[in-house]
Amino acid sequence: MEKVYINSIGSISAQKTFDNNDFLEEITTYEDNIIPVIEPNYKDFIPPAAARRMAKGIKMGVVASKIALEEANLTDIDAIITGTGMGCVRDSEKFVTAILDNNEQFLTPTSFIQSTHNTVAGQIALGIGCKGYNFTYVHSSVSFESALIDALMQLELKEAENILVGGVDESGEHTNAIHKLIQHIKPEKINSNELLNSKTAGAVFGEGANFFVLSNKKQDSSYAQVLGVKTFNTLAISDLLANLEAYLKENNLSATDIDVLISGNNGDIDYDNYYTELTNGPFKNTQQVVYKHLSGEFNTASAFGFWLGAKILKTQQIPSAVAINTIKTKGFEIVLLYNQYRGKNHSFTLLRRC
Amino acid sequence: MSDLKQELKEKIITQLNLEDIAIDEIADDDSLFGDGLGLDSIDALELIVMLDKDYGIKLTDPKEGKKIFESIEVMAKYIAEHRTK
Repeated sequence: MEKVYINSIGSISAQKTFDNNDFLEEITTYEDNIIPVIEPNYKDFIPPAAARRMAKGIKMGVVASKIALEEANLTDIDAIITGTGMGCVRDSEKFVTAILDNNEQFLTPTSFIQSTHNTVAGQIALGIGCKGYNFTYVHSSVSFESALIDALMQLELKEAENILVGGVDESGEHTNAIHKLIQHIKPEKINSNELLNSKTAGAVFGEGANFFVLSNKKQDSSYAQVLGVKTFNTLAISDLLANLEAYLKENNLSATDIDVLISGNNGDIDYDNYYTELTNGPFKNTQQVVYKHLSGEFNTASAFGFWLGAKILKTQQIPSAVAINTIKTKGFEIVLLYNQYRGKNHSFTLLRRC
Repeated sequence: MSDLKQELKEKIITQLNLEDIAIDEIADDDSLFGDGLGLDSIDALELIVMLDKDYGIKLTDPKEGKKIFESIEVMAKYIAEHRTK
């Protein structure tokens, strides 16, 4: 089987990550329970005529993919595979609102056309003229990992050489209002520096687009090798460590081989205990990294974690804003990412320095 | 009639998300499709819905739209003659 490399990245997040030369040097702190992305100037990337019907999520996805393609020095790609939890939720909300407000009359086509979950992958393909495999996975907080598994299989089996993989989710006003009502979003506004120790229920929601060119050909721009990814829709906390140990064993690794653990803690007191199983258990003496205080929680937030892992392995640096201990400061070879949302849809992802 | 033309220009810019175009950049006799404003078939559908919703005009023959949406001038004239609200 072929090895798979992350050859380039493109990230739009609540931090200024769209410039690949920066690595969280400037941190934006929020005092809120919903945080937006820091947007690039979209006009620098998308012609106005093409952009006028694009909602925020589509623009974010298209721009993040353009940044990744440019860094990989590619103008076309064999496949485009995206993951999204809510798809183009803003246009979905707009269309449904129009149905209700106008008593099912006078429905305009644009928001309907743009509201489907695969719109981002479709728009990326249209933009670069890619007629290859185009697929979108919608699977809650393992949406990105589902896309990743598909890409890994195709690249390992040499069915493709370069694949654009990404996770994208935009914030929708009505959807957020519902999540506030059911208290999946914290009722209180909270400073991002205090989020992970907040001791209250719910998360701070965010949005973002993180895209990567994965390839079975290593090149100068390569960030890391992807060793594998495994997902679980349900996993009891009592079974977590045994399953992780088995997964590491499948990859001829053990907990002591992991140089950096990147956890998806979101400050929700009801579910962060999954992470403490790892951080207070076999990874107690491992360098630990967190990121959701910077990105917010969304279905494809783990793609931001993947971005972070790739950057750490390439730069061999851990920005102080994400480190929660200082056990190791250099020589990072293997990164393990663990993520789950509300005790469901767990993922383990392994990256190796290349 | 000039108020209606102004209103149509505002609606077209807002509803079709023509963010980079100012009202005074659209001349009354500019082509809305093709070389003029460059609108396309999806915009035509948006305009048909707008005629129905805002002016009570139902277009049943798509060929009719091609003539009516030629320019702001032609559109305003048609609306003034056929509007029911």
